[in-house]
Amino acid sequence: MSKMQQLLAWVDERFPLTATWKAHLSEYYAPKNFNFWYFFGSLALLVLVIQIVTGIFLTMNYKPDAGLAFAAVEYIMRDVDWGWLIRYMHSTGASMFFVVVYLHMFRGLLYGSYRKPRELIWIFGVLIYLALMAEAFLGYLLPWGQMSFWGAQVIVNLFAAIPVIGPDLAVWIRGDYVISDATLNRFFAFHVIALPLVLIALVFVHLVALHEVGSNNPDGIEIKKKKDPNTGIPLDGIPFHPYYTVKDIFGVVVFLIVFSAIIFFAPEMGGYFLEANNFIPADPLKTPEHIAPLWYFTAFYSILRAVPPILGSQFPGVVAMGAAIVLLFFLPWLDKSPVKSIRYRGVLYKTALTLFAISFIGLSYLGMQPVTPVYTVLARIFSVIYFLFFLLMPWYTRIDKTKPEPERVTG
Amino acid sequence: MKSKLILLLFALLPATGLASGPAVHLDRAPVNVNDRVSLQKGARLFVNYCLNCHSANYMRYSRLTDLGLTEQQIADNLLFTQEKVGQPMTIALRPADGKAWFGATPPDLTVIARSRDPDWLYTYLRSFYRDPSRPTGWNNTVFPNVGMPHVLWELQGEQVAHFKTVKDHEGKEKQVFDHFELVKPGKLTRAEYDAAVGDLVNYLVYMGEPAQAQRKQLGIIVIFFLLGLAVLTYYLKKEYWKDVH
Repeated sequence: MSKMQQLLAWVDERFPLTATWKAHLSEYYAPKNFNFWYFFGSLALLVLVIQIVTGIFLTMNYKPDAGLAFAAVEYIMRDVDWGWLIRYMHSTGASMFFVVVYLHMFRGLLYGSYRKPRELIWIFGVLIYLALMAEAFLGYLLPWGQMSFWGAQVIVNLFAAIPVIGPDLAVWIRGDYVISDATLNRFFAFHVIALPLVLIALVFVHLVALHEVGSNNPDGIEIKKKKDPNTGIPLDGIPFHPYYTVKDIFGVVVFLIVFSAIIFFAPEMGGYFLEANNFIPADPLKTPEHIAPLWYFTAFYSILRAVPPILGSQFPGVVAMGAAIVLLFFLPWLDKSPVKSIRYRGVLYKTALTLFAISFIGLSYLGMQPVTPVYTVLARIFSVIYFLFFLLMPWYTRIDKTKPEPERVTG
Repeated sequence: MKSKLILLLFALLPATGLASGPAVHLDRAPVNVNDRVSLQKGARLFVNYCLNCHSANYMRYSRLTDLGLTEQQIADNLLFTQEKVGQPMTIALRPADGKAWFGATPPDLTVIARSRDPDWLYTYLRSFYRDPSRPTGWNNTVFPNVGMPHVLWELQGEQVAHFKTVKDHEGKEKQVFDHFELVKPGKLTRAEYDAAVGDLVNYLVYMGEPAQAQRKQLGIIVIFFLLGLAVLTYYLKKEYWKDVH
């Protein structure tokens, strides 16, 4: 035994290093037919790491103080060595996190990755999505620009629409009657400590659950059903390492090209990633003409605005917005189709998913625009489609004309 | 208070469409942050004309070495107070005084070109006209009834605005801006003045993000490196996957 092998043996007697490596990488068998859509899980993990590392360095120079925060960000942009790069990586990373997570979730819808036995993977995933939304919302207050302030004001006021306890709840969240220094301090604490811990824990259990049951694939069939009788290895499985590690490295490089193109040539992304109004320091006395959340929230914001108030209360809109997210949790039990993958589904599910995707993008667009009568009608139509996609799913997936699934993956 | 905030939240939403005023035609600002001569001219105009009422609190004088100036040149030509060259571009005007004198505190201009479109700034600074009804005697077609007087008047001269009466689609008559007439020439011709404002706006764009030229240069290197790496990793993946059928 060489010295290194001796050391490894020493560690293995005390910690399952080799066993973990084998169970999760070199002898974790993933289906061999992953396509383009399967890059986004590992990319989401990459973006999480980018956000944490850049976040640590930003925290070294940022001041969570209503009187200093705006200047601290400009200090980072000007006087901190490579501060502009770290800040743009973080601001672009926030939006790109949602880009990869939305594509990752859509992959789940395409190939039925949420179906039995992967219900918990999906639920952990939706929880990650919720934590990510909270993390993004909290972080957006920190630059203390006009949009930070008024965006937070609008969102916290959503809680105030809850009957009876709402107004007190909103004060409790803010720590003040308006968004203020107290709010900034607590949002900072949640943004840099609480939510990152929650996110990391959820990502961990998401992966543990995934590795327990194994990955789904574009055919939506279980590779564990056909194993080599001698080795017990799935016939259509290949070790994650080295096959998918080298494949994902290529995916990472392609992603970094897109990521870098934004950071270096369009960090504001035409106002979608960094809003012009957020370069004006927060002013509690001056309401901006047009307040809209960043693009990744606008679909839900649109649903909120599309619901007409009842008895002067906006609570129904808030409920609809919440329901739009809560419905995601029930997806594994709403889908009654005998097949998982879009490849073997019938015309009904394909139509429903297409309409759903159009509605989600449509709602996202409308949420950025000022309200007009035509837009309100459109937002209502899209909102209804959004909900019907879920609520009618038990019906249309049951009667849909599906094709038979293959025995083995089709490449 | 609470119910007011909620009311405000929802009242805002439908109102946003109405709040934006009539669209003004904006001229294209000649922005080129690699043009050091233009940036130097713009910096000189900025410290001479703007940096009395407006601060640039996040911008250090010493950063102007980006424009090809030495610290001594900056201290000799652009620094009028006792400040040191490493200090930010602060002003003596107190915000409360600014509010009392102009009706609104003159905003800090460090990142003004990031919140305002450069084309807007370029057009705004060329659209002041004489208006005796205003406290300062000046008005602006891009920013009607603005509190700021025409600081660059001695360069541009004095112009008056001519309005014409048009009927909107409801048949109501209203006044819309037609053209400017220069009634008292300034030190610069019109073309020279436009160029000077162009330099000033160019400087404001630079000051909004001093690292932007470096950012783009570095970006080209990074992208080329990643493209090379993409080719390598693609063939690496292909090599490994040879035995997967």
